[in-house]
Order: sequence, then structure tokens, then C-alpha cells
Amino acid sequence: MPVITYREALRAAMSEEIERDPNVVLMGEEVAQFNGAYKISEGMLAKYGPKRIVDTPISEAGFIGMGVGAAMLGLRPVMELMFFSFYSVAFDQIFNNAANIRYMSGGLINCPIVIRGPANGGTNVGATHSHTPESIAAYHPGIKVVVPSNAYDAKGLMKSAIRDNDPVMFLENTILYGEACEVPDGEYLVPLGKASVMREGTDISIIGHGRSIQLALKAADLLKQKHNINAEVVDLRSIRPLDVETILNSVKKTSRCLYVEESKPFCSVGAMVACLISDQAFDYLDAPVKRLTSIDAPAIYSPPLEKLQLPSVERIYQAALDTLK
Amino acid sequence: MLFKPQVSLVFDEVTLNNGIFASNYYFKLKAFPVTKKPSSTKKPEVTNLGYDARQAPINIKLGQDEKIALYRDMVRIRRFEERCLRSYQQGKIGGFLHLYIGQESIAVGCASVMGKDDHIITAYRDHGHALAVGMGMNEMMAENYGKITGCSKGKGGSMHYFDPSRNFWGGHGIVGGQIPLGTGLAYALKYKGLKGACMAFMGDGSVNQGAVHESYNLAALWSLPVVFIIENNGYSMGTSQERSSAGPSLAQRAEGYGMNWAIIEDGHDVLAVRDKVGQALKLAHDKSLPSVLEIRTYRYRGHSVADPDTTYRDKAEIEAYKSTKDPLSVFQLSLLAEQTLTDELIQKIDESARAEAETSAQFADASPYPSIEDIKKDVYWEIDNPADRKSVGALFFD
Repeated sequence: MPVITYREALRAAMSEEIERDPNVVLMGEEVAQFNGAYKISEGMLAKYGPKRIVDTPISEAGFIGMGVGAAMLGLRPVMELMFFSFYSVAFDQIFNNAANIRYMSGGLINCPIVIRGPANGGTNVGATHSHTPESIAAYHPGIKVVVPSNAYDAKGLMKSAIRDNDPVMFLENTILYGEACEVPDGEYLVPLGKASVMREGTDISIIGHGRSIQLALKAADLLKQKHNINAEVVDLRSIRPLDVETILNSVKKTSRCLYVEESKPFCSVGAMVACLISDQAFDYLDAPVKRLTSIDAPAIYSPPLEKLQLPSVERIYQAALDTLK
Repeated sequence: MLFKPQVSLVFDEVTLNNGIFASNYYFKLKAFPVTKKPSSTKKPEVTNLGYDARQAPINIKLGQDEKIALYRDMVRIRRFEERCLRSYQQGKIGGFLHLYIGQESIAVGCASVMGKDDHIITAYRDHGHALAVGMGMNEMMAENYGKITGCSKGKGGSMHYFDPSRNFWGGHGIVGGQIPLGTGLAYALKYKGLKGACMAFMGDGSVNQGAVHESYNLAALWSLPVVFIIENNGYSMGTSQERSSAGPSLAQRAEGYGMNWAIIEDGHDVLAVRDKVGQALKLAHDKSLPSVLEIRTYRYRGHSVADPDTTYRDKAEIEAYKSTKDPLSVFQLSLLAEQTLTDELIQKIDESARAEAETSAQFADASPYPSIEDIKKDVYWEIDNPADRKSVGALFFD
């Protein structure tokens, strides 16, 4: 099976969907002539032309809102945010218009839009460019949220997101863009809302999403090597819809849970998952659900300090040991 | 003629001109804060002397029945809204009620020049546009009452009417937030190679929102078939144009984007609206060019019914407009003079509109509310179409 990067997987997904459906259009800042700020869309302008691959001005409220309007009339726009952090500039268009249009029209209007881009810290770009708004997005009924942690999922989830009739926020990660794994050629879909058990274990469930999963897998190796602890690692892949069943099954098996994510702790996805576990699997728990997030402050610029602020293999390893005490 | 500026650009005396500016406009900045009521002397001069909307090609071909239909639609909007007001005062309508009374000529004039391929989107003062495009009073009143028989099943309310079957895309609550959507509708039309254009309506309060300017830029940059229509009733809620918007006119801001623009000073005249909006629409149809129209108008009621409407304007101002420029009266007199209307027919139209509005109130009253199960419907397409659902997992949470 070919080994391709997360970046190439996203490009393959968007290309296949552009070829499959004439209503799919990729828009965003620098996606066409510049070949993408992070080169996700490299070569796509040359291949598909300026009608399908569209450079927008730096005008997030305008072009995201325009995409929402175009989706209402049947296009399937894939809108790239150069950094997902810029979603805040288009907040009204996303959360008042895209999220609510179906509801407020009594189900008469759909909004099949994908809003995608990298949502992560760890690259020393400071607080304005390092937001991880998955819990903010998922807070809004009407919106779907996916956060792929690897190339295989990135492709399969992107294809599902583009075909979805509801608005999907697709949160990528610049640090993962160059990470590769085996990805089949051609058509396959990963359904939204299906978690993936990345590593089976019996002693503790390390659940999370996004790049934290890659760190959690390394932490699980350490736990095994140093303490013979068998950690199960569950990648949610999709925040809304959420695979509650897989979460509960894992926790019922291991009786302990550590939730790992790059977001800040207040109202994070982990907070929601901890609440669900407490509601529905309380009697199975041998310890409180623990969470590991970024340290609760705006993203710090200072490169060595930013490393400490974010989840790391070492922090996850320690947090897991704490949960097992 | 339309898209040559219709205002003569004469402003305050030039106080600063050392030759550094490329523009021809020099302003004496107003002292801040601006507390005075707007003065009429600073309005741009309108040079439409001798213009007679009745003689415009789009109007001259109107048959008697078509003229009567225009009049009837305006009357229907007014009677519907008066009935809404009563229902609101009776406590049957919740939240806000933004009445369009005084502005009827715009929605009716614009809708009457819409072709079947044209689309329309507006803000929260949407009753007039909805009726003008053919939505029914029953579904509208029921929506106001929060009933399941409402056009949005009671989920949107007065500010959020929709009817995509009539190319009516709402009904939007956030000032200016609908303008990117309207731009997107035009984008989709052009992308798909469809005929038609989008008329994107906003109030004068919208023009200071960033999303509106971003939309102007996109529409001009990609020559999208959209007509931005500013219904300038003089007040963004309780703040007059003079106290909220810089520059000589709202429409003229289009120049910064290289867009055509015009001011329709006589927005109370349904035929003038038809003529000028028709030309802008034709430009969008024929050449896929956007434009900005500012239509001067006036609302008789407060921003919403809850607005006391006494802090920012005098009753005399309202009465002065009503007595000289009421869209219904002006058109009625004109049609009487040309014997298209008779007193008898006027009365018949009025009674019929009142009866229709009354029936809608009864319909709304008699309709059931949505059920508690309905709260979670129409959130996700996939939940409402379970047979076609591709995703798994929980979409709702307790």
C-alpha cells in the first residue's frame, strides 16, 4: 500500500471529490496560484483550473459567508482557512448562518460546506495563530466537527465531509501535514462519528483527538516498556458526531480514563467526555477521569516554553501514571 | 443615465487642499460627538428634474391589472403588518416585530421586476419581501405566532422567514450578516452558469458592517450578478444616518470598489423603484455586473414594536413624510387620476387585504405549537433523513 503524507492525503481527497462532483470547489487564501500556504492544494490549480480552485482575498467573513450562500444554492464549497484560528473573523457567518440556516428555515435549506484548515500550536506562531476551537465549534448544534490524527483518516474523513449535507468544520494540523502512513489509492470513506481504537489495552483508556493521539501512542509504548502497563489508545476522529459507544466500551474495559487534547481545559472536548463517562459508566471507574490539556493560558510564543505548554509524550506518560495511582 | 452619479458632489467648503489627494472629495470633519438631529440642507442635490417614472420603458408597458396588482400587494403588506401589530399587542407574538410600514414600495417594486431565475435575500424586516415574492399570510402569521404551520415551523420567527421555492432566502437577524450569503447565491448562479441574479437587501445600518464591505469587494472582484439594495429609512435603529455613517452617501461607497451605484431618492414611488432596480438587475443579467442602490425611504414605526420611538425623531417628522410621500397614497392618487383605480375598487382591495390578514391571524391562532420532539428536528440533515445517514455516533447530547 502506498505511504503518503497527511498533506497528500488531503489533496487526494479533495481532488477525487472535485473530479466526482462538479459542485465541489476549493476556495481560500493562496490556495490556487501560490499552491497553498501549506501546499495542501499544490498542483490543483494547474490540474483543475481557476473555476474549481479559487484564490480569495484576505476576507474571511466575506468569503466564508459567500461559501455559505453558495452552499445554500447547492454548491459544495471546501473553504480553506490558512490558519483555523481565522475562523473567529468569520464567526458570525459560521455560527449564525451555516449552523442555523437549516433550523431557522424549518429544514428547507441545507448548507453542505466544509471549512478546513490547521488548528494547532507548537509552531511558535503565537496566540493569534494557535487556536484549537474544536469544542467551540462542537458546542453549536447544526455543526459537525472532525479532527483527523493521521493521513489515512484525513483522506477518508475529508471525502465524507465533502459529501455530507451538513456544515463540517475540519480541523487539521500543520505538524501532521508531513507525517505519512499507509493510505490506499482511490476510493474509501471514513464515516464521521466512528472512533478508532489505535492500540488495544486493558489497564487505562487514553482517549483523545488530533495530534495528541500520536503522542499518546508513544506514551503508551513507554508505559508498556517501563511499567508493563497496557494502555488502550482511542482516537475519536470526530467530535460531533461523537462515538460515545466506543468511549464507554473502552472505559468499561479498563476502568480508568485519561483524556488528551491540545485545547485549553475549560469546556474542552475532554470535559464533555468526562461528563459522559461519569453519567454513563460511573460504576465502572476505579479513578476519576483525568484530563491532559495545554496549560491554561494563551499560546505562548517562546519556543522552549510552548513545548512545555502543550501536551507531550512525557506529560501524557506522567498523567497516565497519576491516573493509575 | 442611471449609473452616472445622480448627485452633484458639492460638499462643505474645501478646508484642506494642499494637492496631496488623488480624490476630489474634501470634507470638513464633523465635531464629535454629533448630537444634532440630521439637517436636510447637507443632502446631496438630486438632479432628476423632469424624471417621470411612469414614462420609463419598464412601466409604460404595464397593463391596468399589473398596476392594480402592485397597489394591492402594497396594501396587503400594510394590512398584514397592522394585524401583526395587534397580535403583538395582544401578546400573541413574542420577541421582536420589525414593521415595514412606510417602505412597501421597495419590496413590491423590486419583487415585481424579479424574473423566475432571480433570487432575493434580506434582513429581519422581512415581511414585505416575503409577501411580495408570493409567500402566504397564513404561513407568515403562523410563524410569528411560533406555530408548527409557520413557514419555518415556528423555529425562525418574524425575523427569519424563508421560502427557497420562491427564491426567497430569508429573513436574517444579524445586521449585514445576510450580505455575504447573497453574494454567495450570486456566486453559485454564476458558477453553475444559471441565468438570474440576486437582490441582496440591507438597511442603512448595515453599511458600516465589515461583512458588507467584504461582500462588495468579492462581488466587484469576480463580477457577480448581485444588486445590493440599501433601504435607507434614515435611522439604524435609533441612530440617524448623520450620526452613524461617514461620507456623502451610503451608495457612493461602491465607488471604492469600482461598482456602479445610484441613489433612488423617490423610494416611495413604486414605479421609480421598478425602473431603477430593473436597470440594475438587467446589468447583472446581461453583463454579470454588481451594483449598489440606495433607496431612500422611511419607516413609520419604531425599529421594532418594542422601540419607544420618541428619543430620536419627532412625530412631526413622521407625519410630514406620511402626508406627502406615503407609498400607498401616492400610488393610489396616481392610479385614481389615470382612472386605473376607482374608489370602489380601492375599498374592495382594502377590505380583501384586511380579511386576508384577519384570516391569517385566525389560522395562526388555531394552529398547534411545535412539539417538544420538534425542537431537535431540522438541526442536521442526516438526523432528518435517517435512511440516508452516512455518519454514525451521537449528534445530540443530554
